[in-house]
Amino acid sequence: MIVTLVKIELFKIFKKWRTYIGFIAIGILVPLLHLAMYLEGQKSLDFITRGLRDSFILVGNLLNGYWISYIILNALTIHIPFLVALVAGDLLAGEATAGTYRVLITRPVSRMQVVTSKFIAGTIYTSSLVLWLAIMSLVIGLIVFGTGELLVMSPDAIIIFEKGDILWRFILAYGFAALSMSVVCSLAILFSSLVENAIGPIVSTMAVIIIFIILSAFDVQILRDIRPYLFTNYILQWREFFYNPLNLEKIIKATLILSGHILIFFTATSIIFKRKDILS
Amino acid sequence: MNSSENVIEISGLTKHFKNVLAVDELEFTVLKGDVFGFLGPNGAGKSTTIRMILSLIFPTSGSIKIFGKTLLDNRKEILSNVGAIVEKPDFYGYLSALKNFQILAKISGKVVSQNRIMELLELVGLKDRAKSKVKTYSHGMKQRLGIAQALLNDPELVVLDEPTTGLDPQGMKEIRDLIIRLSKDENKTIFLSSHILSEIELVANRMLILNKGNKIVEGRVDDLLKSKVLKVTVEVDKPEEVKNILQNTQWYQCIESIQGNKFYFNLEQEDIPALNKYIVENGILVSALVPVRSLEDYFLSITAQAK
Repeated sequence: MIVTLVKIELFKIFKKWRTYIGFIAIGILVPLLHLAMYLEGQKSLDFITRGLRDSFILVGNLLNGYWISYIILNALTIHIPFLVALVAGDLLAGEATAGTYRVLITRPVSRMQVVTSKFIAGTIYTSSLVLWLAIMSLVIGLIVFGTGELLVMSPDAIIIFEKGDILWRFILAYGFAALSMSVVCSLAILFSSLVENAIGPIVSTMAVIIIFIILSAFDVQILRDIRPYLFTNYILQWREFFYNPLNLEKIIKATLILSGHILIFFTATSIIFKRKDILS
Repeated sequence: MNSSENVIEISGLTKHFKNVLAVDELEFTVLKGDVFGFLGPNGAGKSTTIRMILSLIFPTSGSIKIFGKTLLDNRKEILSNVGAIVEKPDFYGYLSALKNFQILAKISGKVVSQNRIMELLELVGLKDRAKSKVKTYSHGMKQRLGIAQALLNDPELVVLDEPTTGLDPQGMKEIRDLIIRLSKDENKTIFLSSHILSEIELVANRMLILNKGNKIVEGRVDDLLKSKVLKVTVEVDKPEEVKNILQNTQWYQCIESIQGNKFYFNLEQEDIPALNKYIVENGILVSALVPVRSLEDYFLSITAQAK
């Protein structure tokens, strides 16, 4: 039954116009960034590496698909949560708004199955959005700009990865990005279970993310102490895959914390939804 | 009555919404094959009760048994044999009626063929619009679609909450005929809530009147109406003489009003022939004698008494 429900949820998600807003936004924005990089990328790269060029001779194609994709991933991971919340915030509240809870809940399916299928479908949507970002930025980037070495500025070093040492890092980084966006998705579904209008969960999710990011940005002791408990603190840790050597302990910890958040949000949603009176 | 013939058994059902008591210690039984009319003014607690029967909301206390099993413990098994419309029927507007039905069929707990879907759409006159998005449907069309979806899994129990809302007179008659057919030909049990009281009178064999969350009366529709006072209109050729001959009789107190040559009496069924005989024997022509016994009157009188 759960497979059937997930298929139904995915069918409903991908039949809605709002679902494609994220794909269209990425489909427009990333090629624009590619065009900008094509026209001005070398200047940007020269600016970034101006200090290095005084001491080193940089050879090879540094303005390549990998570097462009790395820059885009840095720029967009903050904005993708909005596109995720746009769909995930509607998953339960949308049923209430449309009145379709009544036809759904009066069928012989458990509420737990309904919540689980929505979480799985939401995660699949989120992952497909990240995959689309990967295709648009990395695949198209490689086609347009070709391959080459990847230059990364880590907090304490400048790292240049060889061509053959990059792709697997991107695959894991996008996988990690999908996980962190799934936290956003599950938070939006949690908010969605509380109300009967999708606007509230979307706005609330974004408000939480913005507040957490602001709290993370202030470098004062009290905020430094609470930072490890804010999931936004881990959203950008896909960058760890581009440091050398890999800090596996940090990556595993971040993965566990993000997964834990999903589990907590899922459990909370299940409890709320199982006890909820459907009055819409 | 064998308990296995009880389709719905409600016992001590109570629902509080914070400080508001919506349903209070409700008790009733719906028998197999019943068309059970569930009546009450707005805010009486009808929809709350229906939502509890369908597990959309949770009772504060009390028990609900359907097909002899406790709803809370056997929800999935029970709902696979129940079809329902709750208030206005809503669907995924961005999908066609056919797609909506295909989705609901997959989770109905029974195998529902494409033929069955098309048959139901034909039954409610929507076969030609099967592939149109539901958001393009009128309210009446959605209402008919709602009835068809309630029958999707060929349920034993059909719960219809205001099924004729928004339908034109022809559509209302079609739904009434459908309810009678489902009950008589397919032996389905129908739990019917409606504000159109004459509708209940026409289709229901048993009924319950609910007011402010409390049961006012429950029983067979015929029995409940039989024993009650009727409103009788008597049209005569000499109204002044009738007034005079009745003045010192028991009938005089039964006159509710007089308008021209029409007398309006409140009488019990067995008193009507005697009154007619008395007037005629006094040489007065009775050109019409119309007893009006409507559920509407009964409903209004009984809910007024409850106030």
